[in-house]
Amino acid sequence: MSGTYLGMPAFPVAAKEAVGNETLRGNLRHATHTIRDKRARAVAELADWDLLREAGKQIKDRTLRHLDRYLLQLEESVTAAGGVVHWAADAEEANRIVADLVKATGEREVVKVKSMATQEIGLNEALAAEGIAAYETDLAELIVQLGEDRPSHILVPAIHRNRGEIREIFRDRMGEWGRAAPDGLSDTPAELAEAARLHLREKFLRAKVGVSGANFMVAETGTLVVVESEGNGRMCLTLPETLISVVGIEKVVPSWRDLEVFLQTLPRSSTAERMNPYTSMWTGTHDSDGPRNFHLVLLDNGRTDTLADEVGRQALRCIRCSACLNVCPVYERAGGHAYGSVYPGPIGAILSPQLRGTRSEIDASLPYASSLCGACYEVCPVAIDIPEVLVHLRERVADQGGKGHRLEKAMMKAAGWVLDHPGVLAAGERAASRTRALHPSKPPGAGAWTDARELPELPPEPFRDWWKKNRGNDRKDSGT
Amino acid sequence: MRAALFVTCVNDALYPSTGIATVRLLERLGVEVDFPAAQTCCGQPQFNTGYRRGTEPLVRRMTRVFDGYDYVVTPSGSCAAMVRHHYPRIGGEDAAGLASRTYELTEFLVDVVGVTDVGAYFPHTVTYHPSCHGLRMLGLGERPRKLLESVRGLELRELPGADECCGFGGTFALKNSDVSAAMGQDKVHHAVTTGAEVLCGADNSCLMHIDGILRREGAAPRAVHLAEILASTEEEPWS
Ligand code: SF4
Repeated sequence: MSGTYLGMPAFPVAAKEAVGNETLRGNLRHATHTIRDKRARAVAELADWDLLREAGKQIKDRTLRHLDRYLLQLEESVTAAGGVVHWAADAEEANRIVADLVKATGEREVVKVKSMATQEIGLNEALAAEGIAAYETDLAELIVQLGEDRPSHILVPAIHRNRGEIREIFRDRMGEWGRAAPDGLSDTPAELAEAARLHLREKFLRAKVGVSGANFMVAETGTLVVVESEGNGRMCLTLPETLISVVGIEKVVPSWRDLEVFLQTLPRSSTAERMNPYTSMWTGTHDSDGPRNFHLVLLDNGRTDTLADEVGRQALRCIRCSACLNVCPVYERAGGHAYGSVYPGPIGAILSPQLRGTRSEIDASLPYASSLCGACYEVCPVAIDIPEVLVHLRERVADQGGKGHRLEKAMMKAAGWVLDHPGVLAAGERAASRTRALHPSKPPGAGAWTDARELPELPPEPFRDWWKKNRGNDRKDSGT
Repeated sequence: MRAALFVTCVNDALYPSTGIATVRLLERLGVEVDFPAAQTCCGQPQFNTGYRRGTEPLVRRMTRVFDGYDYVVTPSGSCAAMVRHHYPRIGGEDAAGLASRTYELTEFLVDVVGVTDVGAYFPHTVTYHPSCHGLRMLGLGERPRKLLESVRGLELRELPGADECCGFGGTFALKNSDVSAAMGQDKVHHAVTTGAEVLCGADNSCLMHIDGILRREGAAPRAVHLAEILASTEEEPWS
């Protein structure tokens, strides 16, 4: 993924800062609670939601099982419709393909549709290194780009910013990238949107090359689908002469009919809308409509490895609706940046360590960035059992050992032994209870607990002793 | 009716009053309670931290210890969820058998014993926190609330944001202490706004975390396990 994230500290360290930032926490609480309540209402309107969710899960699972077949079918359809298909094994290869394609047009700038795949590979930075400017046209992405910031949410990358902060960014930075913000810009949504519209319009009308991702690719027809709310994406998809789409291989669905399910579940899950405002579909090239040249870059970048893991592969069902982020109590406090990836929140905690491996400090910490409360699983429109994958990945991290886990492993082993010897356990409990008056209120090693909480008081005797005294004699004790 | 009590390791060592209350309550309702003393821990802490193989002997032990009982009852939603959801995959057929016979206390009362009014008396204002594993993994639904609503003298107050996690999460409370504490503090602030004297839950692990913050902040409600409220009567009141 993007070099921006290399060397990120482990999640707990990165999260600590966010937890202490009152403004950030306020912004996040407000935004996530608003959208989560709306989503719940939009979903409750559909009597067949559970069936749609199950259908979405099954379509994705079936496609993933036969991914090779559907990808080849897609390649054939796209080629037949006048497009060119490129295969990229990793970020570097994908970036090189895109950069070469842009250079071949002789252009030095591109307009971009908001896309997770291009962020994942750090395309903007790679293009900049080749002297090509990539302009984000999604409002929230524009805010992030102008602020030289990183996205912190899948759907609303600037969710961590409030209106006042956005006005400052527009006022200070727009001029350097193109048309400056109007004088006396206020922080009302209408004025901010108008400033962005004028700034972007100039770019749309000038650009000869557009770069996008896609929410879905239909194997049978070679059709790509982008679902968005603002219409900026549609401008990028139709105005330029050349269109380059970078899409993860898991985005393919077999048939046009499959879209029916996702075009119902995606908008309700992500923006709480019944129907998506702008749904753009393009199939290859046409003489009198849209781009004259179309390139599809199919991106692997760790997806085949993820597919090989029986438990973990369900993460590839994700349709990037971001519902799991909006209900996640950890995301709400830690913010998106702490996850060290373009995929924050619960899905990021299971996707990033699979795409990138668990060797780096941040990736090894992500599976633990959850209280396993299960709210993410409950809302996921394709029923990804995120807690299950988290625990599965914890096993992988614990197995690999490394910082913190060697001692933990030894402790777990010792505890396991005691717990398999009830006599030893009972003796330990008894000793602890009898000596409780001597216990320090903050025993060594309890720091992480006692920083914010009191320890429980030890009882005078454990339950098993009470039982023995009060019930044990006259009952059959079937313990062995 | 005879049932085995799985008291859980946390209750055994730190919250024996929950086990005692569970015994008294069940006996009052005519259930004969056994406590197989060879029980220890269901393995949840190890399993959830990524030490799946370390849980295998514990799963075998649990399966052996509770063999032969028609019902195994536990006053802990998260331990019941561990047995119900993970045992079949870790311990095979016998463990799957145990999973199907294991009930969280409120499930057992409502679904097996068939009562929502257990004849309890508890003259206090109470707010209820449904712990995540009980709420989502077991789907306890309205059961705890119905039981509480039938308690004489009890006034139930709605907890704002009740469905949100308190931030305990087992080793999460240690590994991500800052986020965990922030979640717990929000939970506590919500509990305080209800003005209730007691914050009640059906999982002592979560209550240990919430109570730890309540006491640190010197905040008003006391954390009390649901079993103690249901065990309380006019003759033998909770203290
Ligand atoms: S994991 Fe599920 S809820 Fe989260 S973004 Fe993906 S599809 Fe949406």
